[in-house]
Amino acid sequence: MSEPSSPASHRFSPLHAVHEALGAAFTDFAGWQMPVRYSSDLAEHHAVRTAAGIFDISHMAEIAVDGPDAAAFLDAALAGRLSAMAPGKAKYSLVLDEHGGIVDDLIVYRLSDTSYLVVANASNRFAVVEALQQRVGQHDVVLDDRTEAIALIAVQGPASVAVLAATAHLDIPGLDDLKYYAWGPGDFAGTEIMIARTGYTGEDGFELYVPVERAAELWAALTAAGEPLGLVPCGLAARDTLRLEAGMPLYGHELGLSIQPVQAGLGRVVVTDKPAFVGREAILAGPAEGAPVLVGLRAEGRRAARAEYPVFHGDALVGEVTSGALSPTLGYPIAMAFVSPEVAALGTVLDLDVRGTRIPATVVALPFYSRS
Amino acid sequence: MSAVPADLQYTAEHEWVRLEGDVATVGITQYAADALGDVVYVDLPKVGAALAAGSIVGEVESTKSVGELYAPLDGEVVEANSAVVDAPETINSDPYGEGWLVKVRVSSTPALLSADEYRALIGE
Repeated sequence: MSEPSSPASHRFSPLHAVHEALGAAFTDFAGWQMPVRYSSDLAEHHAVRTAAGIFDISHMAEIAVDGPDAAAFLDAALAGRLSAMAPGKAKYSLVLDEHGGIVDDLIVYRLSDTSYLVVANASNRFAVVEALQQRVGQHDVVLDDRTEAIALIAVQGPASVAVLAATAHLDIPGLDDLKYYAWGPGDFAGTEIMIARTGYTGEDGFELYVPVERAAELWAALTAAGEPLGLVPCGLAARDTLRLEAGMPLYGHELGLSIQPVQAGLGRVVVTDKPAFVGREAILAGPAEGAPVLVGLRAEGRRAARAEYPVFHGDALVGEVTSGALSPTLGYPIAMAFVSPEVAALGTVLDLDVRGTRIPATVVALPFYSRS
Repeated sequence: MSAVPADLQYTAEHEWVRLEGDVATVGITQYAADALGDVVYVDLPKVGAALAAGSIVGEVESTKSVGELYAPLDGEVVEANSAVVDAPETINSDPYGEGWLVKVRVSSTPALLSADEYRALIGE
């Protein structure tokens, strides 16, 4: 066997002691020691598809944007039209650079007319804060990186509503009516928290933003209520296979500074008919002729292609895999890859170079899995 | 804590070896299996294949990553565990028993690690 990676000590989640007590295996993720699995990646994955899973994603970055110009500022700083979103809603958005490349992908929650919460990837926390700061200009807004103060717990899976409803000391007015990509306030044992119907698994589910001091108590209450409903703690390994099946991009794999949104199938996220925003000219010009595009690939057998494996069409090298795994739900290998546009049509048969062995794979529509 | 049975020998590449006469049974350690996560695919050398110590002879793949299988000694493969190819999860559930990978008729054995030495290597 090749050497398994050894743990390195870094930043710790406010729930670290909880994970240690549960016997989690840890991995370094963007400088954070986070649970990669508690028991079995596959069991955790299947629990989310069939019942529920609870994830600690406190490494995610939360940046508050407050002020009379908050809406106009975000319209100028981000790819979407955040001013058009009503308070109580959430939107998937992007930070672009002046070349139209992707600095990060985000979830933006509108808290009030003059207040938003921007949630960024842990790996891009400081890049996003810096980009936003640079773009403040004349806007009357205050930015506050609240990552250290806020823990984030995700409950995902078809039993999620039942888990939250059964959780002691958790009061969420209008839980049943909370729409996908909306959020509402809740109360946990006297502490105000924020509950969003968002996630990264392709299932129904919620993300709960809670002050770090109350995170362990909330985790304990959720797991106590959830265990009889099949809820299990889930690590980043299951989170990765779940999001891959759901065709959701991961920054550093499907998204990056050298990739324009349209290449990754995210053209709809960019609103070009609004006043100036960073990246607008480059987006209107579009990516270079023949720039690679993201596709889904389905193969047979059990051998999965992994990130950076070459993709061939006949003898021609036509692209590179960005993410791949043997799909736990579907039972066959799936991958996302950037390939030349001329071989990106659905049904095209390409070859994945899996450590020297060519494995045929067919271009299929994303997502690979969607809940019924 | 990973189990490291005292009656086996080990390599720095996280294989275990049980030598009985001139036949060695080879598998991967619990430490390695735990680090990989759920094993979903195994590629083993064929019966009759000549192994050279230190060469890559197979793969053990999980949902998350791929580990290469190194030959721990020189010899010829006399049996490959087809049951583990059909049910790779056996490597996680019983790495030192039903999860064995190959049996090798040994022609020469390099120095292997004792259980204590391997335990020290993995920091346990």
